[in-house]
Parts: sequence; structure tokens; C-alpha cells
Amino acid sequence: MPTPTIATAGPRLAAIAETVAAGGRISDADALALLACTDLTLLGRLAEQCRFQRVPERRVTFIVDRNINYTNVCITRCKFCAFYRLPGDPAGYVLSHAEIFAKIDELRAQGGHQLLLQGGHHPELKIDWFEALFTAIKARYPDLHLHALSCSEIAHLARRSKLSLAETIRRLRVAGLDSIPGAGAEILDDRVRGVIAPYKESTASWLAVMREAHHQGIRTSATMMYGTVETDAEIVAHLHRLRDLQDETGGFVAFIPWAFQPASTELATATRRGAVEYLRILATSRIYLDNFDHLQASWVTQGEKIGQLALFFGADDMGSTMLEENVVSAAGCTFRLGRPELAHLIAAAGFTAALRDQRYQILGPA
Amino acid sequence: METADPRLREITAKVEAGERLSEADGITLFSSPDLNTLGALANRVRLARHGRACYFNVNRHLNPTNVCVYRCRFCGFRRDPGATGAYRMSIDDCLAAVAGAEELGITELHIVGGITPEADLDYYEPLLRALHAAHPSLHLKAFTAVEIAFFCRRHHLTHRACLERLIAAGLGSMPGGGAEIFAERVRASVCKEKAGADEWLAIHRVAHALGLRTNATMLYGHIETPAERVNHMARLRALQDETGGFQVFIPLAYHNENNPLAGEMTTAFDDLKTLAIARLFLDNFDHLKSFWVMHTPQLAQVALHYGVDDLDGTVTEERVTAAAGGRTAGHESKQELIDLIRAAGFEPVQRSTVYEELARY
Repeated sequence: MPTPTIATAGPRLAAIAETVAAGGRISDADALALLACTDLTLLGRLAEQCRFQRVPERRVTFIVDRNINYTNVCITRCKFCAFYRLPGDPAGYVLSHAEIFAKIDELRAQGGHQLLLQGGHHPELKIDWFEALFTAIKARYPDLHLHALSCSEIAHLARRSKLSLAETIRRLRVAGLDSIPGAGAEILDDRVRGVIAPYKESTASWLAVMREAHHQGIRTSATMMYGTVETDAEIVAHLHRLRDLQDETGGFVAFIPWAFQPASTELATATRRGAVEYLRILATSRIYLDNFDHLQASWVTQGEKIGQLALFFGADDMGSTMLEENVVSAAGCTFRLGRPELAHLIAAAGFTAALRDQRYQILGPA
Repeated sequence: METADPRLREITAKVEAGERLSEADGITLFSSPDLNTLGALANRVRLARHGRACYFNVNRHLNPTNVCVYRCRFCGFRRDPGATGAYRMSIDDCLAAVAGAEELGITELHIVGGITPEADLDYYEPLLRALHAAHPSLHLKAFTAVEIAFFCRRHHLTHRACLERLIAAGLGSMPGGGAEIFAERVRASVCKEKAGADEWLAIHRVAHALGLRTNATMLYGHIETPAERVNHMARLRALQDETGGFQVFIPLAYHNENNPLAGEMTTAFDDLKTLAIARLFLDNFDHLKSFWVMHTPQLAQVALHYGVDDLDGTVTEERVTAAAGGRTAGHESKQELIDLIRAAGFEPVQRSTVYEELARY
């Protein structure tokens, strides 16, 4: 029997491989074919080629940061979420400045560069609350990078504060917002959103916030949460919308696909999807998103074994140390890796580990 | 096949021509960073042997005692005689643990335990007889070669005489444990009391001559070098050429908790590379297993694309890996294994201990 190669995997994959080798762009139909590809190592090799085209060094980066979830009070009631509490629930909280500063002090003690600040869609927190918080954080920690909120938090905040999107982002930026995480994208398709997160922002709204942020010079990342009710075609539609916006603005620094974590959520009966599917989606994303520089491994949801393997399926970044993660751990996912563990995983896979900032500038060896 | 690592070209050509790899080839493979090319080669061999079939069984572990007078440094399971947590199950305890196995669909008991005068043939012969009498359809896969070597010394028996007595009591086949790494340098450091490589191999040779099928393992990821791993596989390959009695090779990933050896755990890169190289090097072994309890079910699923065709089984009540920090609590349901295999794009085949096909899903 012949060795499975790109040429023997069928004319479609051979054509995709040629496109990739020539640095060309693959179509939506090509992406669908990749998502159905049963030859995993072949897909991995194609994705590795794309990775080294974008990031030629055998280097894998990560950032030392911590999560702070300023509130768990949320009115959007997403079915995939185990973290939120409705307004009035005794287990609901909003952190004080003092509590937030204490957490930042811990981060600084560990050499952390970035604060990832996110929370629920609290009905009473308006722009002045965020302006006061961001200003206070920046006054106290001037060189701390503030990676905060998400598209849906910002859209929610604009509505609650009766401000335009542009004005909301401008005021947050002036107060200290440095970049916006890519969370809340879930699947950028309104059929899927209608099922899993009917009260969250629409696809158009998510993209509008990102577009406006990019226009104001704020770099952002983009995510995809797969594994609920979406089809392969809807995954490709998600990637398509991101690639189009990136063509327009160039403002995305990284893409992070991750698998829905079902425990303790209303979608707890969703089919358990496996590591093979994760690696296939990761590789397809790398090959399709030819205008994204960086692809992150989601060791937080996949664990350290598959998180490391992601480096052979197109990922060039291990995300962050995620000191204090509350959201996926509420859904039964409790992987924890510190700076030495991440550096070890990277080195053991034959790559050089480096620390980066949010703009993927190298800060030094990990 | 195109490869990012030019050193793999010659080896690729050998694999494609069906030629046997040398130990030097094996060492080269271990030094290559090109995991996916290795995987693609191993997958080629795997598909040629088994198509898209992936084997599993429905089994239960029984560790009758954790008392062990040996002090292997990688072990978190053993207890000194009389120490807190030390146990030895009575025959009735064992029968109670196994009660109802057939109703759960279990077809195999995997029985291994510590080395102690309290668990010699006087203990195990009646135990096997009692289990066999109570569960005539259950296959009893029992005793590593290290345990057999101990029985022989304790009762002044030849390997053959010892195995004949156990077969008469109900022994159906032997697991592959206790092989660790054959190199004397490694054994002297991590498991100096254990039977040496020559005796381990001699016992399997006799078992094969008596018609017992056996398995072979390699405990990797502690102090051994890549060359020592390759040499371990070379010695297994040589015995397999002679007897053909090995069914499957099972690389076991070192776990670092609750033992004196400590150190780092293996990573997925090393796990998959070791599996893929084993598939390429051991050209006379039918099956290659990823023991998901050690590799995690997620990695075991991916490993099906890197040469693996067997995921062990449901493994009810595994204690040895768990004692050394295994994060994957024993037991996957049969349906979970079937789903895992299907989601990887392979065809689940339930097998007996000796690889007869029982059902295809």
C-alpha cells in the first residue's frame, strides 16, 4: 500500500497542499474538506508549513498574566456557562478596587506583565465604573498591560451607558484599556447564537466592536468556541468572517479556538468531542486564516498533553499562565500550568520558549 | 514522502520498501523533531496491518496485594510489609471484587501484585483455581515475568515447571510488565532487586513454548537514554523472531508521584514519538497499545494516528498508575471507548485477551 502522502490523499487535498506551498489562500470548500480529513498527520504537516511561513523561528511564546473576573453577575444566561449568577443571587459578587489591587500585587510578584480583566454583563456597572477602575489601575501600575472586557461586555456597556460604540471604546482607551480579548465570539453565526446564547450580542455586533477597536488602534485577539450545536459549515463561516475583517483592519493579533466544556452548564448533554477533532480544527484554522500571525494552543481546555501537541498542528503560542481562571474551571475544567511548566512543555517539544507581551513582542527567554 | 527532517529520507525509503530498521535508525528517529512525519510513517504501517480497526477489551484489574519487598524507585504502589496502607486480599476478597464480572461484560482479569512471601504459589494457585471455577469464561491474564521469577526461586522450580503449575490452575496468558528497561545500567539504578533482562526474556520464551501468548512493555521516561530504549525494543524483536509469541507492545509512560525517583513526567511529544518509533521498529509485533490510563484518553485517541491500534480496555480498578500520580482515574465505559475511537475516525473492535474479534461497532 502506498504511503499516505498529500498526493495520495486525493486530488482535493493535493490541490490544497499546492495552494499552501505557494502561499495562496484556500476557499471555504477547501476548509470544509480539511475538517473532514481523516489523515491527521497530513493535516498537521500542512498546518506546520503555514505556521513556519508566518512565524519562521522554532520559537513558542506565552505571556505571564492573570485573570480577574470583576463580577460574576450577568444577565445574558448563556447555556454553555457555569460561571454566571443572575442579579440578586446571593452568590453574585463585584470586586472592590482593593480586592483587584491585591490580586494584581500577586501577579506582579510573579513577574506578570498583563492583566486579563473580564466579567459578566452586570446591569448596573456603567462607563464611569470602568473609567474609575482602569484609571486607578494605571495610576498604581503604569506599565501593566490591561487586556480587558470582551465585545459583548463593551456592547452591553455602551447600551447601559447610552453611548455610541465609538465613544465607549474611546473613553475606555483613554482610561487605560490596551487591548481586547477575543472572547464572546463563540460561533459567529446567528443560528448558533440563537440556540446557545440568545441574549448575547449578534454576530454583526461582535464584529462591529472589533472593527471599531481596530480603527482606534486597539489590537485584539479572536476566539472560537466550538462543540455545541454548530455544523462544520458554521465553523467555516466563523473563520470566513474573521478572515474578511482581518483583511479590512489587520487588527487581530491571534486566533484561539477552544472546545466547549459541558459540565455544570445547561448544555451538559452535548456530545463529548475529542482531541483529534480539536487538532483538526486547529490545523484547519491555521491553514485557512492566512492573514493571522499567531495561533494559540488552548491547554486550559485540552490539558498539557494535547496543549503541547497543538504546537505540531499550527500553534506557535501557548497563551498565558492564567493565574486564577474561574470560568472554564466552573465547567469542570481545572488544568493548571505555571511559567516553569509551560517552558518545560515547549522545550520538551523541541522549541525555544520565550515570554511575550500582548503585541507578541519578545520580552526574553521563558 | 516529503519530510521536514532530511535525516528521515533514508529511513522513509526503508519503511516504504518494507525493510527492517537498524538500532542506529531507531536512535536517529528519537532525535528527530519531525513528529508528524514519524506519525505518518507509523500510520502507514498501522493501516497496512489493521486497516482502520482499533481494538479494545472489557477488562478488570485485580491487584491482590501491594506488599512488595522490592524497592523499585519508580513505584508509588508498593508498601513495606506491615506499613500503613499495606494490604493482601484473601481469596474471598478477590472473589467478591470479581463477582458479577460477566454481567458487566468483562472478559478478562488482569492480575498483578507485589513481590512478597505472603503471595507465592501457595497463595496464587488456589486463587487462580477459585477464580477459574467461579468464572470459567473469564480469561485470567496474570503475573509479570518478575513475579514468575520470584515464584521459581521461592519454590525451587524451573520456569517451565512453575508456568505449567499456573496453567493447570487456570492461567490463560501473561501481561508484559516488569520489563522496564532491559539495560543493566538502568535496572541497577531503578529496580535492582528485580529479575534481570535475561531472565525476563527467558520466562517469556518458555511461556511461548508452552503455548501462552504474552505481552511486552517498556517503562520509558525516567533515566534511560534513547539508545537504551531502542536496544530494549531490539531484544524484544529478536525474541519475537524466535518464538512469535508476543501479541502486543505497550510503552508505559513513567509517572513521578509518591515514589523516590520523582523527576519530570513524559510529555505528549515523547509519548507519541515513542509509540510511532515502536510501530516502525517492531516489525514483527502485530499490535501496539496506548494504555490510556497512563497517556490520558485524549492522547490515546490521537495516538491512533501515530501507529497505535489498541487502547487496552475499560480497566476497572487500576491502582498502580493511580498510586504514582495518574490523573486519569481508572475505568472508561465501553461506550466511552467506542465513542473515543469513532471520533478519531477509526472502527472500534472489541477483542478477547488473545485478540480474537468479539464484536465490531
